[in-house]
Amino acid sequence: MIAYNTLVVLSGCALLGIAAGTVGTFALLRGRVLVSDAVGHAALPGVAVAALIVALLGADPRALPPLLAGAAIAGLLGVLAVQALTRTKRIREDAAIAVVLSAFYAAGVALLSWLQTLPGAAQAGLSKFILGQAAAMRAEDALIATTVAALCLALVLLSFQRLRSVAFDADFARVQGLRTDRTDLLLLGLIVLVCVSGLQAVGLILVVALLVLPAATARLVTHRLPRMLAVAAATGGLAGASGAWLSALHPEVPTGAAVVLVAACLFTLALLLAPERGLLARAWQIAGRRLSADTEHFLRAAWEAQEAAGAGPGTAGDRWAPIGAVAAARGWSLGKARRLAFWLAQRGLVARAEDHVHLTPRGATLARRAVRAHRAVEHHLLAAGAADAAAADRLADLVEHGLPPGMAARLLPEPSALPASPHALGARR
Amino acid sequence: MSAPLEVQHLTVAYGEKPAVWDVTWSAPPGLTAIVGPNGAGKSTLLKAALGLVPVLSGEVRFFGRRLDDVRNRVGYLPQRASVDWDFPATALDVVCMARYPRMRWWGVVPRAEKQAARAALEQVGMSEYADRQIGRLSGGQQQRVFLARALAQDADLVLMDEPFAAVDAATEAAIVGVLRSLAERGRHVVAVHHDLATVPEYFSSVLLLNARVFAAGPVKEAFTNRNIAATYGARLAVLDEASVGAAAVGT
Repeated sequence: MIAYNTLVVLSGCALLGIAAGTVGTFALLRGRVLVSDAVGHAALPGVAVAALIVALLGADPRALPPLLAGAAIAGLLGVLAVQALTRTKRIREDAAIAVVLSAFYAAGVALLSWLQTLPGAAQAGLSKFILGQAAAMRAEDALIATTVAALCLALVLLSFQRLRSVAFDADFARVQGLRTDRTDLLLLGLIVLVCVSGLQAVGLILVVALLVLPAATARLVTHRLPRMLAVAAATGGLAGASGAWLSALHPEVPTGAAVVLVAACLFTLALLLAPERGLLARAWQIAGRRLSADTEHFLRAAWEAQEAAGAGPGTAGDRWAPIGAVAAARGWSLGKARRLAFWLAQRGLVARAEDHVHLTPRGATLARRAVRAHRAVEHHLLAAGAADAAAADRLADLVEHGLPPGMAARLLPEPSALPASPHALGARR
Repeated sequence: MSAPLEVQHLTVAYGEKPAVWDVTWSAPPGLTAIVGPNGAGKSTLLKAALGLVPVLSGEVRFFGRRLDDVRNRVGYLPQRASVDWDFPATALDVVCMARYPRMRWWGVVPRAEKQAARAALEQVGMSEYADRQIGRLSGGQQQRVFLARALAQDADLVLMDEPFAAVDAATEAAIVGVLRSLAERGRHVVAVHHDLATVPEYFSSVLLLNARVFAAGPVKEAFTNRNIAATYGARLAVLDEASVGAAAVGT
């Protein structure tokens, strides 16, 4: 049975993750991620000042709304400071962000320390905003998270078209008469909203991770924007809920850290395993291409080794070729040639015996095609006077594998005959 | 009838270097090329006319009116390199963005607008790639998507920034076909162009620009060897004059 309080924290974090995923998608696409970091850090002095005012007025210093209002105002001031600094053109935006972020944060830390020396409970629990403490979330705080999430979702969905237009091509949108400055302001407002409402649960240092990680994860697994939004929201929600759950099981781990760690794990998984953009898929693709090029090179070298041993052009394939000759022709190590021979034998393209290979009928067909493609390119380059025989050989090696069907026939007018190699066959020059 | 595009005493500067210097010019109806050496302010002139870069001084009129009053009559084809092609969108998504002013700003793209976008893709020979992610298109195909987007704006005047830059033969043919069909329908095009050899074939009028106007008019009259040599050769002299002028403005 989940405790009522855990349920509150869980749903609050999940909703926060959903809001952050949706807003983060456009923050990422519009290049506003670093600015979000500035918003988070700049919020600290706002929290401190708000706490001081609340304490001076004698109200409940633990009430969330005034603190969050202070955070929002300070976060906005931070962004305005970044924009003003960038506009002077004396430093670039990344430097401006770093300056504002650290200066505001330092001011916040100093204010907090000073508040600590004051009598009373003015600073009670304020440092929890730095690293987050979702366990302190009360039902009314979860209500704030719900409101924020709903507001973010509604605004993003309603403004979907214009957010996308501006993120893709702001100049074009401006020519169309779209007020891009207002759209950017809307996005900024959403970012501030998410950052501020995430302060209590995740903390101001980690809140940027909640914006960027789900969006970056989603970008890896899809290249459709509506799907990216959905995946980012789901990832954010999942990270929020499971992070809160983990931290409920292990109270020594702060919720913010748990949420971000889960999000980072999801991102790493996507980075490795995403079907098209993932690293493994990419590596697999490259290895496959390399292997197919090696296969063609091996078969052609085996064919040509037999030609060199006396079989005329077009009739090779009946004799046994030494693997050593193939390795020498390709400039490969004997080990690599042997491994390829083993692999090709597995695929039924060659037969192996005593360090010799013999092309099977299927292997001979492929070898003939490879030889033909190679020589077609060679003869074409030579006929065009574009290269000498050795250079033509090297160039043909590079392009022959991607040759579309029919191209070899077009380069080499006689489809049936296989011309002799324009250069001596054998070991690599 | 007012000229499709008219600029008067337009001056634009990036930092302290003037890019466009006191340009007064009016684009004639039909197809017009803006020609000049690299860094001559050709793209800057287009962007300044469209209000995308701040101008120091000068007036811009489209069809005799301010741009804000005739935005639906003006289309734009920016340089291909100006956007991130890894953006999660399909070719059709990008072209649909041109129909934005015709839609309500909430909700999904209406079917009629999608139809118009598909028709534009058809016109540039890109129908079969409508649902492909733009990052997976070749450079020439991406350029045709941009062209389709400009067409989908259904504007009376299209400003094109280097439409022929680094494109394959099929794309070049598609662009030329689009230019001709626009001209036949009485539309106007002002295009930044860098290939001097094809100017007489593709365009009816020309503006020779190198920070300031060197010659302008019908290709037969203005596009002479003498004018071209002056535009391309006089670069240093012009910049000297311009920097002196800028220094005077700055003080």
